[in-house]
Amino acid sequence: MLGSVATPSILHASLSGPHDLSGVSSALKHFGVSEEDIKKVLSAALEKGGDYADLFFEHTFNNYVGLQDGAVNRCNSNIDFGVGIRVLAGDQSGYAYVENVTIDEMLKAARTAARIATSGKAKSPVNLTVKSIKKNYYSIKTAWEEIILKDKMPFLQRLNDKVFALDKRVNKVSASLTDTTSHILFCNSEGVMYYDYRPMVTFGAVCIMEENGKIENGYAARAYRMGFEFLTDDIVDLIAQEAVAKTSILFKAVKPKGGEMPVVMGAGGSGILLHEAIGHAFEADFNRKNVSIFSSQLNKKVCSEHINVVDDGTIPFNRGSVNIDDEGTEGQKTYIVKDGVLTSYLHDRISAKHYGIASTGNGRRESFRNTPIPRMRATYMEAGNLKEEEIIASVKKGIFVDQFTNGQVQIGAGDFTFFVKSGYLIEDGKLTQPIKDINIIGNGPKALADITMVADNDKIDNGTWTCGKDGQSCPVTCGMPSALVSKLTVGGEN
Amino acid sequence: MISDSNKKLAQWVMDFAQKNGCQAAKVSLYSGSNSSFELRDTKIDKLQQASENSLNLTLFVDGRYGSISTNRLDKKELESFIVNGIESTRYLAEDKYRMLPDSSRYYKGGKPDLQLLDPKFDSVQPDDKVALAKAIAEEVYGSDKRIISVESSYSDGVDFRYMLTSNGFEGETQSSWYSLSASVSMRGEGEARPSSYWYESSLYFDKLIKEGIGHKALERVLRKLGQEKVKSGKYTMVVDPLNSSRLVSPLLQALYGSALQQKNSFMLNKLGEKIGGEKLTLIDEPHLLQSSGARYFDNEGVATHRMPVFEGGVLKTYFIDTYNAKKMNVDPTISQPSLLVMQMGGKGLDGLIAAVDRGILITGFNGGNCNSSTGDFSYGIEGFLIEDGKLTIPVSEMNVTGNMINLWSSLVETGNDPRLSSSWRIPSLVFDGVDFSGL
Repeated sequence: MLGSVATPSILHASLSGPHDLSGVSSALKHFGVSEEDIKKVLSAALEKGGDYADLFFEHTFNNYVGLQDGAVNRCNSNIDFGVGIRVLAGDQSGYAYVENVTIDEMLKAARTAARIATSGKAKSPVNLTVKSIKKNYYSIKTAWEEIILKDKMPFLQRLNDKVFALDKRVNKVSASLTDTTSHILFCNSEGVMYYDYRPMVTFGAVCIMEENGKIENGYAARAYRMGFEFLTDDIVDLIAQEAVAKTSILFKAVKPKGGEMPVVMGAGGSGILLHEAIGHAFEADFNRKNVSIFSSQLNKKVCSEHINVVDDGTIPFNRGSVNIDDEGTEGQKTYIVKDGVLTSYLHDRISAKHYGIASTGNGRRESFRNTPIPRMRATYMEAGNLKEEEIIASVKKGIFVDQFTNGQVQIGAGDFTFFVKSGYLIEDGKLTQPIKDINIIGNGPKALADITMVADNDKIDNGTWTCGKDGQSCPVTCGMPSALVSKLTVGGEN
Repeated sequence: MISDSNKKLAQWVMDFAQKNGCQAAKVSLYSGSNSSFELRDTKIDKLQQASENSLNLTLFVDGRYGSISTNRLDKKELESFIVNGIESTRYLAEDKYRMLPDSSRYYKGGKPDLQLLDPKFDSVQPDDKVALAKAIAEEVYGSDKRIISVESSYSDGVDFRYMLTSNGFEGETQSSWYSLSASVSMRGEGEARPSSYWYESSLYFDKLIKEGIGHKALERVLRKLGQEKVKSGKYTMVVDPLNSSRLVSPLLQALYGSALQQKNSFMLNKLGEKIGGEKLTLIDEPHLLQSSGARYFDNEGVATHRMPVFEGGVLKTYFIDTYNAKKMNVDPTISQPSLLVMQMGGKGLDGLIAAVDRGILITGFNGGNCNSSTGDFSYGIEGFLIEDGKLTIPVSEMNVTGNMINLWSSLVETGNDPRLSSSWRIPSLVFDGVDFSGL
């Protein structure tokens, strides 16, 4: 099929595509391996005495097309292919990967990874049984592999034209559309084998505006695990309006006076507070090592009993959803805070074994080049029963924030931050002066305990959230109803 | 190294692309390998080893521009991938500014080897690597009952690149790196478990500092126990050499042609203007031997030269690649800097601190961002309060906020202590009158 960079002929020759969820046999054929090969490699991986081994085969197609200065004039396609081989011996892990998937290369890599174990008691893997994925949280209508570049281009052009049409101050627009399709074949020494088809799309625009010689920029985007059906005129309109709104407010905005103050988190992207303040510190690798500020808080009350926080891999089409995680555990919804009590950490296989419980399905990896580690999926707070207006009205002097760019946390000390692109001052219970470009810093356990009011307007933000940890990037989302944190330290001028 | 068969493959890719509709093309090959050994409490926790290859092809087709990349180096697969890439590129709008650099700007060879590859690389044994990581952990493990965990690691890698363009460039680079790091977590007040780290890196195994890393990590966490917030206000800001490049980064991002052409830069129309204080002198020194970042050509093949970026606070150059130069109708410079050296002052960090009456020493940034259009920034920080030339209170959970241009014009001192293993050699920095928010 000419014209589609994402469609090497090899794929169509063997993979039956997104609708065949069990697709293991075609995946084996696609990666050029047999069940016998896999057993040989798993045996080699366990020959030094490892407890467990797994193989993670990946074939990923990534396509980017971009618009700049009014024309769709750039594209890139990337193919990534390989297998990662992991051996566990207790909490310890050995890892190696190969791009050239031949039996000899895999055996060599398996023997490298095997060196983590020293007991010398070789184990043999059990027979492989195919695990079919029970629920598909990202079934698609039209695979990106069936779409040629020409079909995508009009959406970028429309996004550009719409942004320009919305505001005379728009000076420049850059738009981009990226689709990714991953074929994953996983097998482990416990006999589990599955195939997962993972689509992803991100579509967004950077808008540059000029007003009286002042320049500001804003970015709006949406990201989902969806096929080509994601692209509609509605999504174009939504992104265009958001990009213009996010940029134009900045001309009126100022930096507030800095210091400690009440902060009302607006619904949606404010979930970044949960991601940074508690999400990372709940990841069980940090807790099994006892280096998280929450390491002794399991089953303890950590905040108001009206608060429930969830990390969820099961939201249909969500960027953070996983049918099955990257080490064989089914995607699930995990309450990490229930009625104010810390009820669960986020586990991978190693930490679950350490705590003697089942994995929560948070073992994720960036690609076959990386070992799985506990990662968030969609992290959000459930709705409370107040109205957003009541919360704002309760604040005499503080700020309201609802647009963010990035955040960070120190797991052990608990200090976390997030950068506010824009928001408003709250004066005598009302939103007044727009504010912009300030960092907010707090301490995880304190901030969580300081959430005193939660509204009923819960909302997931479906932007291009990407989480970084140990050098691995992972797609996630976050969400939150409007809520009051009674005290955080807000950046600003004096 | 890049094998002869892979070089032949690159040439074949070039020929195949041109036969199938490309008027011009660039082929880049990468080949590398790496290993890492992570220890927890002196015992091995994770070992990892791998090698990889990839190919990148830039396509110029009928006045249009596209690119493809893959780690599948099989000719048959490459054929269909290239043909599909060319077909896709044909759908795009024309972009008359896209072209390879003029061949007169290419590096033509003939300069001495930059000595970035350690000939010893393949002879360092895995057991010795583990032993090094174990030794730095043993420096401190068990030495203080408040220590919760000591993590240490050894990692190394080699990186080989080969590049070919259809208008006559052919170039090759090779480099190695080694790194040792340690991180110590301690029991702090209440539930807090503060941690800190230290690392050393080098292009050569024999030059890698292999001792004292655990001690340094422990010392850095011990001295920050009992962190608190101090009053909001204007302070003299001192930034240590581990963190000073964080403030240089937004300044450099604003000098790229891609940002300037999109009018998304607070350094727009500032060439030749005084941006920073007198002490701001920053030179791109691409040809220093045995130095991280050194190179004879950039990612377009364009020859690198010694180039002042700032001199006495005055902006001397932008980083403008071939494409953006054509679009902006200016002369191209270089696509990005290579090895940045900031002019040093006479004192080390202690000497700089001793001269400050009331200030804050920053030993770590925590999140934050900078508005690329306006230069407005705000970052979370940790460090120490400086009173009468002495570090008094360890501080954390504070923000520093301002504007990049105002900040750099308030630069008053630079130290003599850049990390020489880094490709950005930025010493300790001192700025006057910076806004901090805390209590």
